Amino acid sequence: MNDLLELLKTNARLSDRELAVLLGKQEQEIKESIAKLESDGVIKGYSAIIDEAKADPNSVKALIELKVTPQSQSGYDEIACEIADYEQVEGVMLMSGGYDVLVSVKGRNIREISQFVSARLAAIDAVTSTVTHFQLKAYKDNGIIIHEEDHDERGLISP
Amino acid sequence: MSMDYDKLLNPVAVNMKPSGIRKFFDIAEQVEGVISLGVGEPDFKTPWKIRETAIDSLHKGRTCYTANAGMLTLRKHIADYFESTIGVSYDPVHELLVSVGGSEAIDIAVRSIISAGDEALVIEPSFVCYTPIVEMAGGKAVPIATKVEDEFRLTAEQLKAAITPKTKLLILPFPNNPTGAVMRKEDLEPIAEVLRDTDIFVLSDEIYSELTYSGKHCSIASLDGMKERTVVINGFSKSFAMTGWRLGFAAAPEGILKNMLKLHQYCIMSSPTTSQYAAVTALSECRGDIEKMKNEYNMRRRYVVDGFNRLGLDCFTPQGAFYVFPCISSTGLSSEEFCERLVYSKKVAVVPGSAFGESGEGFIRVSYAYSLAHLKEALYRIGEFLEELK
Repeated sequence: MNDLLELLKTNARLSDRELAVLLGKQEQEIKESIAKLESDGVIKGYSAIIDEAKADPNSVKALIELKVTPQSQSGYDEIACEIADYEQVEGVMLMSGGYDVLVSVKGRNIREISQFVSARLAAIDAVTSTVTHFQLKAYKDNGIIIHEEDHDERGLISP
Repeated sequence: MSMDYDKLLNPVAVNMKPSGIRKFFDIAEQVEGVISLGVGEPDFKTPWKIRETAIDSLHKGRTCYTANAGMLTLRKHIADYFESTIGVSYDPVHELLVSVGGSEAIDIAVRSIISAGDEALVIEPSFVCYTPIVEMAGGKAVPIATKVEDEFRLTAEQLKAAITPKTKLLILPFPNNPTGAVMRKEDLEPIAEVLRDTDIFVLSDEIYSELTYSGKHCSIASLDGMKERTVVINGFSKSFAMTGWRLGFAAAPEGILKNMLKLHQYCIMSSPTTSQYAAVTALSECRGDIEKMKNEYNMRRRYVVDGFNRLGLDCFTPQGAFYVFPCISSTGLSSEEFCERLVYSKKVAVVPGSAFGESGEGFIRVSYAYSLAHLKEALYRIGEFLEELK
């Protein structure tokens, strides 16, 4: 990944000017690079990394493994897109290994997620099985430590 | 009756000034919630692969002393490293030794070269250890103050003017802590020219060599007629983020190195074995990690230099190491006053330039071995501090 993307990934709020200074470029160049990354669809959006447990202590997150029968024309795409359309779904990925599709879901409580799984996901004809894992605690998300402040172990003292 | 230690002990040790950095940190430590830009060590962790090798060596019970000069395998890797980075060939058997950090190598090099009455030329501002070590060896440290208008480089004129019949050694620490100055080949050549017809040795402390941001690091040992009089010192601390492993190395012609080795053998025996195993992996497999860390430092360097210039403090653009050295004389405060007031009023700790020699007065040393968010906050607070001074 290039340096510009790395910087935006760790802090999307850096201004064009700050990015220009960090990368030793002109502000205009940065503006243009970002515009291009956006129009090429490399950058899909900008979001905050939130410690959900702090923002809403009652909210629940789950990862759901789905076994899916591929469709004759579209393979997994159609089913995956259908699932992605649900508002509570935060992520959908086709996976290698013991199952086919991994869905991450956020809900207000366990019951809400359970209902979503049984009424929505399991109800899809092509979905042959589901395994739901509830998230107990988050330590790191999108490269950012969220469990606790990154502690600087270096002493104040140096020779 | 109690003993009068100050009267009885070695007067050189008793009268030795404690490090100015240390003194300032004692103040900073008293302040609750201080954020520091003072630390002189990388904020990266040692690359995992290096740590893994160390753990593995312990699993296998490799816990004995090594050869005095260090494991031969490691010395061979160090020889390759010098060959590929500075283009100088050293014989791993007779011309290299593995030390406890760069610091020990500096100590044994100085003590091997300097005896009572000798003069050692010490570039200032510079790291704090050279003068005390020269003095412990019975020598006299003669400072040469580099100037911001020379981009903190040593000039041949300054060198010539400082040489006396007693001059035995030139201590050349580039890339420089605290100024971030580097000496390119074209800057070193005139220095070499002055030294060629003399019997003066050079201690080239190149611990920050891997953190050279534009162009390639050049060692004075690579210039004609210089290897024979130069001790090159480097280490793993800054380049591989291995400060706590305490491992450095020295390269010198056999005639010098065999004497350094005697001192090393009597006071150290051999450098830490676990660290030596780790270091083999560092040199053989992790050179790419240096590039990643350097790239990160480089971004921060540009950010911090820009930050200080925007705050109205003239800041020389450093070409090496991980410090900036902005000039604070426009505030009318001395370096120490500036730092003390800053830490008390805004809880930001930076180091007074005067800790690195008299010529550092009027400057502060700011380390950018910190996260961007940390640097941003510190710069913001320094901005507030400067506003309030007006």
